[in-house]
Amino acid sequence: MTTHTVRKKDSFLAQVIEATPGGERLLHCLQCGSCGGSCPSGPDMDYTPRTIFAMINAGERERVLAANTMWICVSCYFCTTRCPQEVPITDIMYSLKRMSIAQRLYHDTDAPALAKAFTDFVDKYGRSFEMGLATSYHLLNRPLQAMKMGPMGFAMFKRGRMALTPTKIKNIGQLQAIIRKAKELSGEERT
Amino acid sequence: MRYAYYPGCSLEINAAAYDHSVRAVADLLDIKLQELDDWNCCGATEYFSQDELTACAVVARNLALVDPQIKQLVAPCAACYLNLKKTDRLMADFPEMGAKINQCLAAGGLHYDPGRVVVRHMLDVIHDDIGERAVRDKVVRPLTGLRVAPYYGCQVVRPIKGCDNTEYPMQMDDLLKWLGAEVVDYPVKAHCCGGHMTQISEPQAFELIRRLLQSAQDYHADLILCMCPMCQLNMDGYQARVNGYFNTQFNLPILYFTQILGIAFGLDPKKLGFGKELVAAMPVLTAKLNGKLAAAAV
Repeated sequence: MTTHTVRKKDSFLAQVIEATPGGERLLHCLQCGSCGGSCPSGPDMDYTPRTIFAMINAGERERVLAANTMWICVSCYFCTTRCPQEVPITDIMYSLKRMSIAQRLYHDTDAPALAKAFTDFVDKYGRSFEMGLATSYHLLNRPLQAMKMGPMGFAMFKRGRMALTPTKIKNIGQLQAIIRKAKELSGEERT
Repeated sequence: MRYAYYPGCSLEINAAAYDHSVRAVADLLDIKLQELDDWNCCGATEYFSQDELTACAVVARNLALVDPQIKQLVAPCAACYLNLKKTDRLMADFPEMGAKINQCLAAGGLHYDPGRVVVRHMLDVIHDDIGERAVRDKVVRPLTGLRVAPYYGCQVVRPIKGCDNTEYPMQMDDLLKWLGAEVVDYPVKAHCCGGHMTQISEPQAFELIRRLLQSAQDYHADLILCMCPMCQLNMDGYQARVNGYFNTQFNLPILYFTQILGIAFGLDPKKLGFGKELVAAMPVLTAKLNGKLAAAAV
């Protein structure tokens, strides 16, 4: 990929690179398409990673951040390990998710709601809580699908695979202090 | 050998069979697992899609809590394994980021120097540290006649090149051969199970699960072994839903590799968490292992 656009410090390309550890490898993308070809869910994507990278280079911020590509990504890392130019593709997908959430450009996906519901429990208890997710995420966001999950949930419960109450770690105060500091520092970065 | 042990949230309840069998097998192989005191959730993939620094800081608390006397940390869950390893790697490769993560840890009175803890997966520990001879020595119920598809999934073999091949890993294949099992050369062994997509987009996830079950069935596998609670949940818990969705009749038990290891070692199936899987495994084990299982102390 040509490097002239990155010279502009506020370009979309520069921002994606900045948001991703090792992101400058994006400048070496050959547009070979190994990523899309390796992706188990490539056919479900609006644009495969190769196309997304071309769009990033072209400064197509809104179209990229509104695409379903990063939300279809299952983090299997096939693209990352197969990329001949060592572009950290999966990590770039995470950066695009973060930017899409921050700029509220996502649509037709429950992934941000799941992420929020999941981490809310960790913030509060220090551990994840499946039964809590069933109510705070599934019932609120997708009641119809939640009903279909009923029999499976019951089978899990019967076999002792579902807890009704969350586990709380002993030193939750320490974890919360760490999280507070992290959010504070991230907030500074963004402003 | 002594290792710090990070079970992770899934192993507390949903994947208790994995936790029980890991501990039972470790005991028998003289692998001393010391559970990390007051560990917290690794965040799976969910913090990373919201805030990277928080994601890493949450993981780093666990690394910082590892007993200074212990160098290695074992995580049986693929997501925990990757997050722990990835955070350590990011801190080492990007010192500025490492400093920021330590600034967060300092708010909780902790500190972590990247590289101090070596993150390992249980499969790698058994394969590399214990090795063929010691494993073969413990086999009292050879798995002769049992056809097993070894499924590795994604996050242990990728992205961080380490113990095994990222495209076609072999450690579980080796282990199963040592136990006397017939190992299926499973083409989709490192493909994706759909991860958290079962929670977000079922059609997408179900297709990924179907490919894994279909391939195992095509190769006449009796069961699939996995090494991650998410993979087990998707292939086992959702198998009935997948059957309904595609009008298929899959009936493949999905076990943790440590459960089948325990069977070969002669351990009591109940102590290995058998019976918690939704697609029952005992019928096929009983049929294939003939009288060998009946002799067990059930």
